[in-house]
Amino acid sequence: MTDAPIPRTPSLLARTIDSDIFYSFRRSKLTMVSAAIVFLLLMMALLAPVLVVQNPFDPAQLELINSRIAPLWTAEGQKPFLLGTDEQGRDIYSAILYGMRISLVVGVLGVSFAAVLGIGLGLIAGYVGGAVDSLIMRIADVQLTFPAILIALLIDGVVKSALGNHLDASTTLIVLVVAIGLSFWVQYARTVRGSVMVEKNKDYVAAAQLIGLPARVIMIRHVLPNTMGPILVIATINLALAIITEATLSFLGSGMPDTMPSLGTLIRIGNNYLFSGEWWVIAFPGLALASLILSINLLGDWLRDALNPKLQ
Amino acid sequence: MSIRQTFIAAAASLIAFATVSASVLPASAQTLRYANQGDLKSLDPYTLRETTTIAHHGQVYEGLVGRGKDLQIIPALAESWETPEPTRWRFHLRKGVKFHNGDAFTADDVVFSADRVRAKGSDFTTVIPADAKVLKIDDYTVDFVLTKPNPILTSQWDVWYIMDKKWAEANNANAPTPAAATSPSFASLNANGTGPFTIESHQPGVKTVFKVNANWWGKPEHNLKEIIFTPIASDATRVAALLSGEVDIIEPVPVQDIARVNGSANAAVMAGPELRTIFLGMDQIRDELLFSNIKGKNPFKDIRVREAFYKAIDIELIKSRVMRGLSTPSALMIAPPLFKLSGDFTRPKYDADGAKKLLADAGYPDGFEVGMDCPNDRYVNDAAICQAVVGMLARIGVKVILNAQPKALYFAKVFKTGGFNTSFYLLGWTPGTQDSHNVMHDIMGCRDDPASPRGATNLGGYCNKQFDALTDQVLQETDTTKRDQLIKQAYEIAAKDWAYIPLHQQALAWGVSKKVKIVQRPDNQVLPYWAVKSE
Repeated sequence: MTDAPIPRTPSLLARTIDSDIFYSFRRSKLTMVSAAIVFLLLMMALLAPVLVVQNPFDPAQLELINSRIAPLWTAEGQKPFLLGTDEQGRDIYSAILYGMRISLVVGVLGVSFAAVLGIGLGLIAGYVGGAVDSLIMRIADVQLTFPAILIALLIDGVVKSALGNHLDASTTLIVLVVAIGLSFWVQYARTVRGSVMVEKNKDYVAAAQLIGLPARVIMIRHVLPNTMGPILVIATINLALAIITEATLSFLGSGMPDTMPSLGTLIRIGNNYLFSGEWWVIAFPGLALASLILSINLLGDWLRDALNPKLQ
Repeated sequence: MSIRQTFIAAAASLIAFATVSASVLPASAQTLRYANQGDLKSLDPYTLRETTTIAHHGQVYEGLVGRGKDLQIIPALAESWETPEPTRWRFHLRKGVKFHNGDAFTADDVVFSADRVRAKGSDFTTVIPADAKVLKIDDYTVDFVLTKPNPILTSQWDVWYIMDKKWAEANNANAPTPAAATSPSFASLNANGTGPFTIESHQPGVKTVFKVNANWWGKPEHNLKEIIFTPIASDATRVAALLSGEVDIIEPVPVQDIARVNGSANAAVMAGPELRTIFLGMDQIRDELLFSNIKGKNPFKDIRVREAFYKAIDIELIKSRVMRGLSTPSALMIAPPLFKLSGDFTRPKYDADGAKKLLADAGYPDGFEVGMDCPNDRYVNDAAICQAVVGMLARIGVKVILNAQPKALYFAKVFKTGGFNTSFYLLGWTPGTQDSHNVMHDIMGCRDDPASPRGATNLGGYCNKQFDALTDQVLQETDTTKRDQLIKQAYEIAAKDWAYIPLHQQALAWGVSKKVKIVQRPDNQVLPYWAVKSE
C-alpha cells in the first residue's frame, strides 16, 4: 500500500476555466463581444413577453390608429413605441423580439433536424460502406449542386401544395424547419462519413468488434463521439445560415405569415416603405437580423479555430 | 466552315436582318416597358376574368365590340349590328381581318368562340346567355338568337375575345384552360388573335414581350414597336424601376409612394377614381365553414353574425391609415358613378360593441375561428386591408386565420373552377357592363342551379330568390327610371340580408414616365395601344 495522495479531480468549472478553449476565448475580444451580443439577443428573445409593450402576434392588440408612428426620439415619436410602429400599428421593438423568437426557433430546430439526419446518414455511409455509401453520398453530391435556399424553396412549395396552401402558423413553422433541415444535412453527412472512415480502422473499433458489440452500438457509442468536434463547428455556422434562410424564405413570402412575422417577414413588410420615408419599419429588423447573424458567425469562426489542433 | 467563319456569317445575317426589320418600322417606333404588381399567368383569354389579365389579352385579342376611351361601346371585329327582332341580334363582321398566323377571320371563329367561352373551365360563361343560339348566316354574318330579350347583350363583349377556330383545333386548344389548371395548356402559353400586337415571347412570372402587328386592320394610335411587360410584386422595387427609368409605366403606384413619384423629375402619377368596389364576402352556403372551430354549423348562415362582421369593421380607419385617404368608403357593391340612386344608401355605422352583442345573441359570446383568403398583389394594399380586418374582428373575439397569397394562387383557389374554396374573402369587382345587372347577376345571384351561369363569382353563395327575380326584371326593363328603382329595391334586400360587406372604391394610380402619354380609363385597364412615347 502506498500513501501517495490521490490527486483531487478539479471541478467542472475549474476545468472549463483552465481549458485551452476558454483561454483562446478570453484572448479574443471580438469573440467575447459577439458572445455577449448573442447572449443578450437570446435573453431578449427568451424574455420577450415581459419586455414588450404589446404582443405583436395578437391582432386584437394592434390599434390601427397607432400605425406609422416614427421612433420615440424623433419629432413625431410617441410613447410607448420606442422604435416606431408599422402600417398595422405593430410596435417595431416588440415585433423584433417576437420575430427573433421565431427566427431562433426555426434556426435551432432546423439545424438540429439537419444534424440528426446528416449524422445518421453519414455514420451509416461511413461505417457500412459499399453500395449504401455510394447511394447516400451520390444523393448528397447531387443536392450540393443546388444552393440550399433553392432546395428549401422547393420543399416549401411542394409541401404547401400538398397540404392545400392554407396553413396555420404552427404548421408553417414545421414546414420551414423541415425545409431548412433537408437543405442542410449534406455537410454533416460528408463530415461524419469522412471522420468515420478514418476512425473505423483504428484499434479501438477492432477491439469493440472483437468483443461482439453490434454495429449500431459501435457507431453511436464509440465512433460518433470522436467526430463531434467538426460537427459542433458546422452546427454553429449553420445556425446563422439557417436563420438567414428562414429570413430569406419569409422575405420572399413563403415563410411566416404577415400576422405572425419573423425577422424576414418584418423586413419584407418594411421593404414596401423604403421610398416613403418610413425607414424605421425596415431599418431596425434589418439591424437586429444583421447583428444576430454576424455575432453567431464570428462565434462559429472562433470555435473552428479553437478546435483546430494545427492552429494551437 | 471554321468557327470563325460561322461567327462572321451569323453576325452578317444578323446585321442584314436588323437592317431589314428596321426599314419596315417607322423611325420613331419605341419600346414601352410596363410593370404591374401582378403576374400574367395564362394567355388563354377565357381563363381569368380579372382586369389586369383582360387588359393584357386586349393587346393581342379583340372582341366583336370594343370599348373606347370613354368606355363607350365601339365596333371592333363586328362592323355593325342590328336587332331585327328583340330576341335576334345580327352582327356584320369586318372583312379582310387576319389572325396573327395568317388565318382569315370568319363567322366560324365567332361560333367557335361563343361555344368555347361558355364551356366548362371558362371564367367568362356569363358573357353570352347559356341558352342563346349562335348561327352562321354567311361567312361575314352571325345571328345570336336569344330566348328572352336582352338589351345589354353586347355590354360585356369587349372582354369576350374572338379566337381562331382552325388554330385552336390544330393545337388541341378547343377547351378553355381553367384558372385552377396545374399544368399550362397550349392556349395558355401561345396566343393567336387579331389585335394590334402579337406575342413575341411569354414566360409566366418573368416577362412577356408583345410585338406590333404590322398587318392589323385598324389604324394604330401608338408609336410602339414592342411592349415589354414584367411583373414586379415588391412595391419599393416597382417604384424604383419607374424612378430609375427602367420601366415607363407601373400599376399601381403604392399609396405611400405617390408623393415621392410626383416629386421626381422623370415620372408622375396619373390618378383618378376607380370603378372597382373592394368588398368582403362570407360563405353562406356550406354547412360547416372551412378552417373553423365551429363544427356542424355555419355561423355565417346566421344573419346576426354577418351584421356583426359588417359593424366590426371601421372603414374610416382603413381609409385614413391603410389607404392614406385614397379611397371612398362604399355602402353598395357598385361605384356611385355607375348607379344614379347610390346617394340613397348610407353605410351602417362602425359599432364594435354592438357587433360583440350581436355575436353573443347569435350564440358566439367568445367568437369563433374562420380562415380568410386574400390576394396580396391584386388590389391597392389588399393584404394590409385584410390584416386590418383581422385586427378589427379580433376585437369582437373572432379569430381569423389569414391566408394572403399572390393572385394566381388566390384566384385558382377561390373561384368557381377551384370549387369556391373559401369561407371568408376579400375581392374587388368592376362590372364589365358598367351596370348594376352584372353585379346583381354574377356576384349576388344564387348559384344553386349548376346549369345556370348565375352567381358565377358569388364566392360566398349568398342567395335570395326575391333578389334574383328583381335581377331578371332589371335585365329586361328598358325604362331607366323604373330600372333604377328595381335596382334600388334589390340593393335594399341585399343590405337587409347583410349579404356582403362592401369596403370602398380604391383610387386608381398609375406611375407614368414623363416620356409617355397614355389614356387612362376608370376601369383601370392599362392599354398600351393608346400610348405614345417620345424619344
